[in-house]
Amino acid sequence: MTRQIGEAILDLKNVSLSFGGVKALTDISFDIREHEIRAIIGPNGAGKSSMLNVINGVYRPQQGEIVLRGERFSRMNPYKAAKAGISRTFQNIALFKGMSVLDNIMTGRSLKIGSNLLQQAFWWGPARREELAHRAKVEEVIDFLEIQHIRKTPVGRLPYGLQKRVDLGRALAMEPSILLLDEPMAGMNVEEKQDMCRFILDVNDQFGTTIVLIEHDMAVVMDISDRVVVLDYGKKIGDGAPEEVRANPDVISAYLGAGH
Amino acid sequence: MAELLHGAVPETFPRWLLRHALARGGQPAMREKDLGIWQSWTWQQVSDEVRALACGLSELGFKRGDNLAIVGDNRPRMYMMMTAVQCLGGVPLPLYQDAVADELLFVLLDADVRFLFVEDQEQVDKVLEILPQIPDLRRLFYDNPRGMRHYTQPFIHDVRELLAMGRLHDANHPDLLDGEIALGAGDDVSVMLYTSGTTGRPKGVRLTHRAFISAALGGADFDRLTADEEILSYLPMAWVGDHLFSFAQALVTGFTINCPESAETVMSDMREIGPTYYFAPPRVFENLLTQVMIRMEDASAIKQQMFHLFMAVARRCGAEILDGRPVPLGDRLLYALGKVLVYGPLKNVLGMSRIRVAYTAGAAIGPDLFRFYRSIGINLKQLYGQTETCAYVCLQPDGQIRFDSVGKPAPGVEVKIADNGEILVKGPMLLQEYYKRPDATAEAINAEGYFMTGDAGLFDDDGHLKIIDRAKDVGKLANGAMYAPNYIENKLKFFQYIKEAVVFGAGRERVCAFINIDLGAVGNWAERRGIAYSGYTDLAAKAEVYALIQGCLEQVNRELVAEGALADSQIHRFLILHKELDPDDDELTRTRKVRRNFVAEKYAVLIDALYSDKRSQFIETTVKFEDGRQGKVSADLAIQEAKTFAEGGKATR
Repeated sequence: MTRQIGEAILDLKNVSLSFGGVKALTDISFDIREHEIRAIIGPNGAGKSSMLNVINGVYRPQQGEIVLRGERFSRMNPYKAAKAGISRTFQNIALFKGMSVLDNIMTGRSLKIGSNLLQQAFWWGPARREELAHRAKVEEVIDFLEIQHIRKTPVGRLPYGLQKRVDLGRALAMEPSILLLDEPMAGMNVEEKQDMCRFILDVNDQFGTTIVLIEHDMAVVMDISDRVVVLDYGKKIGDGAPEEVRANPDVISAYLGAGH
Repeated sequence: MAELLHGAVPETFPRWLLRHALARGGQPAMREKDLGIWQSWTWQQVSDEVRALACGLSELGFKRGDNLAIVGDNRPRMYMMMTAVQCLGGVPLPLYQDAVADELLFVLLDADVRFLFVEDQEQVDKVLEILPQIPDLRRLFYDNPRGMRHYTQPFIHDVRELLAMGRLHDANHPDLLDGEIALGAGDDVSVMLYTSGTTGRPKGVRLTHRAFISAALGGADFDRLTADEEILSYLPMAWVGDHLFSFAQALVTGFTINCPESAETVMSDMREIGPTYYFAPPRVFENLLTQVMIRMEDASAIKQQMFHLFMAVARRCGAEILDGRPVPLGDRLLYALGKVLVYGPLKNVLGMSRIRVAYTAGAAIGPDLFRFYRSIGINLKQLYGQTETCAYVCLQPDGQIRFDSVGKPAPGVEVKIADNGEILVKGPMLLQEYYKRPDATAEAINAEGYFMTGDAGLFDDDGHLKIIDRAKDVGKLANGAMYAPNYIENKLKFFQYIKEAVVFGAGRERVCAFINIDLGAVGNWAERRGIAYSGYTDLAAKAEVYALIQGCLEQVNRELVAEGALADSQIHRFLILHKELDPDDDELTRTRKVRRNFVAEKYAVLIDALYSDKRSQFIETTVKFEDGRQGKVSADLAIQEAKTFAEGGKATR
């Protein structure tokens, strides 16, 4: 039994993004299929993070459109994206350093919390029931990521590799259908990378979450992704299964320089 | 039913379980922290689940006399499985969860294991790796379903499937299990525990219900244990100590066992539970103390002063107060104040506020370490025993505690010393046999029925047993002087900076040593002095670290001289090994005892260098990582000399 990769869940059509005179993305189109692990790779400044920011609505492209589950968005915004089940992690970890791991992951549930401020302040009635249910979900995430021992530790005191794992936990607490990971393995040692790979594969496998991943480590990308899209200077220069991309002469020259 | 409740002492563990289900069905029997919450099972629930497990096993063809191996961390269902197996007259076989596939293979073949219960995917993968070599394996159960969705082999089952199967089977054959339990007798084997294999390959020690029940009752009576005790079950289930405390004693006294959330959370879980009865090898007590001391060094000046002031008071009179001996009023008042300001909060941090009785065993404990815990009011005691004796030979009675002896013979146990100094024991708790090894059984139990422990010891004037060394390890130097290597190594290991030591000297002129530094303690020491290092190998080679270790060795030399008979055993030359001795490289046993001969062979070139005039020696070693890959570590090891002393304490060199 393997997971079934489905139809395209997210389709990007002719997306162009520029900041003043700088063209960050030029006419980029690719799709993301349900339940797959889709990697976006490219040298520094290729536009990878911009691409991710377009997907979850932080940047608005000047041209092109995003089709999410058949619905067209010419203007996505982060709130809409989150409501639609897209969650993400950040290249430079976006966590509250002074708050505990538990509380940080709890923030990932905030969209799903319905009780009002007053109820929450007195921890009364629905607020109480709701918090218990959310806490149970968060505990499942903690168990899944094997971070029980740091549940109550302030995030700022944790080593980098664990902070990244907590960041993933925060994103997972949303129970996303699409998970955007911005360089989840940057700055990690080999062992931490192995752990992170396993968690990414497990998320994909257990919850069927579609994963879009930006990563520098080619070995990791080739190992875990189903399809890879390659950007260079804001243009798409390759798209396909890892083997195809690896054999693509444009990709080779972009990554290794001419003459190889 | 009334008979079960009030009748004679039940003969088997399943019957003890039934008795508790009747007597205190609603009380918690087991707890495990899961998803951040302590989940509990009452005695009635445990009894029901054990029943379902047993019926399920029976349905799948498990028969009287079959062995079922258990591999995993301490979890309630792992303990329940043991009783379930015993219900059917089978033998549970707990194994070390960190054993590599090869070690697992040896035991699975040796014990003809056809049924296996493991914790999770990691353990399943380990079994699948050696599957072709164990053709007799019939069923493999797992407890944690995570990651197991794609394992479709027909012989692999979720334990929940087994439970469901068992409930159905029980409904169809309601009398079957009661009949099976009634068939059980005290002389049936209740568990098989493998010896750690300090000498040669592990042997399966078969212990009966009678043996473990007598040991458990004897100990419970000795320390007046009740059904209200709480213990934390976190030591490997394959260890006889855990089997005695978390399984046998829990079942005979009816107290509650608590399984931690994960190996990393043991400390905080212990604080939450606040056990009243506690058992740990010296290493655990040592790690706890090291953590406390490291945190103290980072505390504010006022706190540090307060800590040191009151620890001095505790050292002076704490142990005496605990033993109920007379102490001057002034000290008593100071101690009472210290209890409020230091000892109480400290015990709370350690999770030891409620401890009534704590035991340590398995290795010698450092006198400072031992005194530290006793002085802050924790009733820490030592016991002595082996796998072959259900870990039940000698116990220290309350109020008669010494750090250098292991107490008096436990109730029902007869201990005598043979002419060669070896300790011999006899009693109901002895092993039945080594599995399929009549030769080894005959060797271990002599004609009069005494078990030969292999330890050398002597009784002191008050009848307390003192262990010196392994009987066969007590050797002689070239000049005929007595030489007890473990004794010296233990002295060395009492320093927080030294994690492991191996000394050589049998049949030689002088004694030399290999040292493993403690990366945590020495690393912290180095950081405070601004010494930069990149890892163990680098730190171990620093001249400053050599000087630090040399200081420790010289103090040991001084102590050895003071003991007269061992003056010739002073350490002359030493080196600090470039890698930590590791069970994965076969240098230590799984219980972390040094395999002396193996180490001597592997590092023969280093020993030669120690006994030459060389100042350094190059060595390259293959190491095995946890995931099974291999790598190489090489270093140029410095060899240093330590000062030795003449009697009277003057340096001879």
